[in-house]
Amino acid sequence: MTYNVSEKRWTAGRQGIDMDTPIVDIENLWFAYNGRNVLEQIYFRIRQKDFIAMIGPNGGGKTTLLKLILGLYKPTKGTIRVMGNTTEKASHHIGYVPQNVHINNHFPITALDVVLMGKLHPQKRWVRRTREDRRQAMDALEKLAVDRYAARKITELSGGQRQRVFIARALVTNPVLLLLDEPTASIDTKGQADFFRLLRDLNADVAILVVSHDLLAVSTHVKSVACVNKGLHLHNEAEITGEMLEEMYPCTEEEICPVELIAHGMPHRVLRNHK
Amino acid sequence: MIDALQYEFMRNALAAGLLASVICGVMGTLVVVNRIAFLSGGIAHAAYGGIGLSFFLGVPYLLGTIGFTLAASMLMAAITINAKHRADTVIGVVWAVGMAFGIIMLDLTPGYNVDLMSYLFGSLLTVPGSDLLIMLVQAFLVAGLVTYFYNDFLAMSYDEEFAQIRGVPVRGLYFLLIGMLAVTIVMVIQVVGLILVIALLTIPPFIVEKHAKSLWQMMVGSSLLGALFTVSGLWLSYTFDVTSGAAIIMVAGTGFFLSLGIHEKKEPQPHGVGNPDRLPKHPLSGG
Repeated sequence: MTYNVSEKRWTAGRQGIDMDTPIVDIENLWFAYNGRNVLEQIYFRIRQKDFIAMIGPNGGGKTTLLKLILGLYKPTKGTIRVMGNTTEKASHHIGYVPQNVHINNHFPITALDVVLMGKLHPQKRWVRRTREDRRQAMDALEKLAVDRYAARKITELSGGQRQRVFIARALVTNPVLLLLDEPTASIDTKGQADFFRLLRDLNADVAILVVSHDLLAVSTHVKSVACVNKGLHLHNEAEITGEMLEEMYPCTEEEICPVELIAHGMPHRVLRNHK
Repeated sequence: MIDALQYEFMRNALAAGLLASVICGVMGTLVVVNRIAFLSGGIAHAAYGGIGLSFFLGVPYLLGTIGFTLAASMLMAAITINAKHRADTVIGVVWAVGMAFGIIMLDLTPGYNVDLMSYLFGSLLTVPGSDLLIMLVQAFLVAGLVTYFYNDFLAMSYDEEFAQIRGVPVRGLYFLLIGMLAVTIVMVIQVVGLILVIALLTIPPFIVEKHAKSLWQMMVGSSLLGALFTVSGLWLSYTFDVTSGAAIIMVAGTGFFLSLGIHEKKEPQPHGVGNPDRLPKHPLSGG
């Protein structure tokens, strides 16, 4: 992905990326922790242009699945391919926006330096922090409308501003997929709506997987919903907009989808906003 | 103070204190932001086991102590790496056992009776010139390594998972950090003593952290502040004829509590001017 200054947008100029290859391809994945199965029999694909919300109860394995995709954990059984490669080799294609970065309230780092972390190239240790890196970092901050805080300490920013800085950090890594873990936890309702509009705009160029605790509210901008509770069930776009609900996915009971949404008897429908 | 500098031992004490301030300012910054102050204490106390073992086996003091302390610190690093924030029990055990082992080794060594106080508080006023040279070399080594790995240490300290995804060898760096810390502590302990090492490693970085905008600033600021504490402590020690290490620590401690007081007064500004959407700070909000 290259950054085009004149157009001020990220253009998909990623060479050698086959649009048909799934970004993430998970087959029969199992993960056990302390002898207990956290994830069972997961089949999951993330493709270009996807905008997936991952929901499920606490301890249902959402964050674990994210960390498996990022290569931070190793599967107990099954395979994960990222861009057709192993996670170790391909995790740098993923822009990760963690939930809770540092609990240290005084960590000495500016917003700009946080974003520059996305420009780390451990192989080239002496030639880092080039002017070009700085420019790209500033552009990413500007894209997220937090460039005026570039020189501020990150700990002085509000939760929402900090979140945008972390997204900027993920964007300067030129990702094909953005993974966000509970991004709206520290943002108010109005901010959340803005936030999802921002993600929708970013989705023009990059696939998005966003994890949410909230079982009820899923933004209208989300194209599909993955329910995770040990198992995973993906509800696609058509189903969410209520079309062909029964025919496409006769998903009515727990044995098909691991997460109960909204209410019993009203399975897996994401309601549109009241207008 | 100026007239005191006509004595060579005062000049050496000052030079040793300043070098220790710089070394501890740099390493202490990494200790504080990585929250391994307790681990540092564990290393410093386990080092006593190395001192005892060196005397018992009759091997050169520095070689034996560094070897033993490195081994103990690597053990602690290996156990703590997967649970950095729950490692306190293991560290406490190594802390106590290392110290006890050293004392028993010294008991079993015929004819030797090392003064525990000189190990705890060092003997700043009797530092020989050769020790100064070793400290100078060490200061350059620490500065060189930290400069070379600066961005990696920064990323690891701030967001270990993100660093790992970007390809930073965080596990290797963690062992390197603990290893550097072990060598630093052993070298500086024999000059200024265990208690002063821990004070210089933690107090200046803690005070500076709130005001620094980068790790680099924090390292420089901590070194300067440590130097200020050292010089004032030495002056008090000379003027009032009290133990030098303890005087420096009392000055540093005073600075610590003063900074807490100043910060308490500055902190409660929930409605920061020009920043209306500032959220109240919650301990778990990631701030």
